[in-house]
Amino acid sequence: MTYGKGLPGLAAATCLTLTTGFLLVAFYAPTDVDQGLIQKIFYLHVPLAIVTLGGFILGGILAIAYLRTGERVWDVRSYVAIHLSLVLGVAVLLTGAIWAKASWGVWWEWKEPTLVSFLIVFLLYATYQPLRFSIDDPERQSRYAAVFAITAGAFVPLNFLAVRLAEPLIHPRVFGAADSGMEGPMWLTFFVCLAGMTLLFMALWKYEMTSKNAAQQLRALRRRLADEAEARERRSAAPATTTS
Amino acid sequence: MRAVGALLRKDLRAELRTGETVPAMCLFAVTTFVIFHFALDREAIDGDLASGVMWVTILFAAILGINRLFVAEREQGGFDGFLLAPVDRTAMLVAKAIALFLFLAALQVVAVPAFAVLLLEPSPFGSLHELVLVLVLGDVGLAIIGTLASALAVQTRARDLIVPIVSLPLLVPLVIAATEATSPLWAAGGAGDVPFKWLAVLGLYDLTFGLIAYAVFDFLLED
Repeated sequence: MTYGKGLPGLAAATCLTLTTGFLLVAFYAPTDVDQGLIQKIFYLHVPLAIVTLGGFILGGILAIAYLRTGERVWDVRSYVAIHLSLVLGVAVLLTGAIWAKASWGVWWEWKEPTLVSFLIVFLLYATYQPLRFSIDDPERQSRYAAVFAITAGAFVPLNFLAVRLAEPLIHPRVFGAADSGMEGPMWLTFFVCLAGMTLLFMALWKYEMTSKNAAQQLRALRRRLADEAEARERRSAAPATTTS
Repeated sequence: MRAVGALLRKDLRAELRTGETVPAMCLFAVTTFVIFHFALDREAIDGDLASGVMWVTILFAAILGINRLFVAEREQGGFDGFLLAPVDRTAMLVAKAIALFLFLAALQVVAVPAFAVLLLEPSPFGSLHELVLVLVLGDVGLAIIGTLASALAVQTRARDLIVPIVSLPLLVPLVIAATEATSPLWAAGGAGDVPFKWLAVLGLYDLTFGLIAYAVFDFLLED
């Protein structure tokens, strides 16, 4: 079974879409009236954040599939989704901090519910790997990791609700608000960037799945080779012992 | 139901005879209040600060209880015995969550008066009904998340480390709602009303995680 099928095409589509997106950001999207040039980090930060949260929730959904079917491949899929989201999450926090510094003058803003919620979610998922890898039995490891992934996936929306209620809103509300100041070209650029980020996540996910699968096949082949070599040795050694 | 009763009786009897968990939690809470007195360098606190101090103390004391919740089952073969019995596995979740809830209630019976004596400026007994309501809603959530986290962590090598790092982020929304609901009760100018919004968030949190725990708990008890 090959997992690498379609990976080159996906990678090419990712490069193309992301490059187009960034070119649009640089030359097409108008500069924001209030925030100036720094507002352009929005086209990196927000798609990244959406894809990261989507990846966390995807990890939970794949974990449900694992618990229903009991097939290990679903667990690996869930693991890879969460693992990738954690890596992208670091980028979200960094770009968020840069944007906060530029537009509010501080690196961290507690009054900003989206930023705070994201940090809490990130801290929770950061415990996924310590939990997972401190369980020795592989089958139990998958099962416990799946339970964690489902619980944490449900936690994401609840956490956003609680934190948002607790804090006054100062985040630029770009979605849904009538006065968000987003013009047509901005929306277009944003959606191209979001599509590029989603493709990037999919490509990386497929890439890691391919690598994991290849490593597993390699291990199986090595084991078979070792078994065969041992059998051959036994066969060739057998007559020698009987003649002597 | 009978299985839940039997498990709960077993847990409570073990706790009454050994006195392992609840006294340690109470002692921890009182000591923490003393530490807060010196760390904040305040004679008395009220409002936001008081509700924050109390909930953080309860949270950390709860972690002690959560850490120990399944240890006896694992070390002395309680899991094996339970899995051999022809009963629904959810009984374990319900019994453990009720036991943890009772431990937390016992802790608060000691900790809240101690807090009132040591640090809290407005008396908490004027608005006792509202306070009990918030405490009960908070304890239900703590008990559910605690049972789930404890069951997740008990089979790991680093159990004592996994319990706090997993359960603290999960409990952040609960702490937000509980502190916001408690602080008007202890406002310096006289008790205000408990904001309904925060009681609703607490209730929603309890309900959601109750359902999730019910759905996934079976998978933690297999083999």
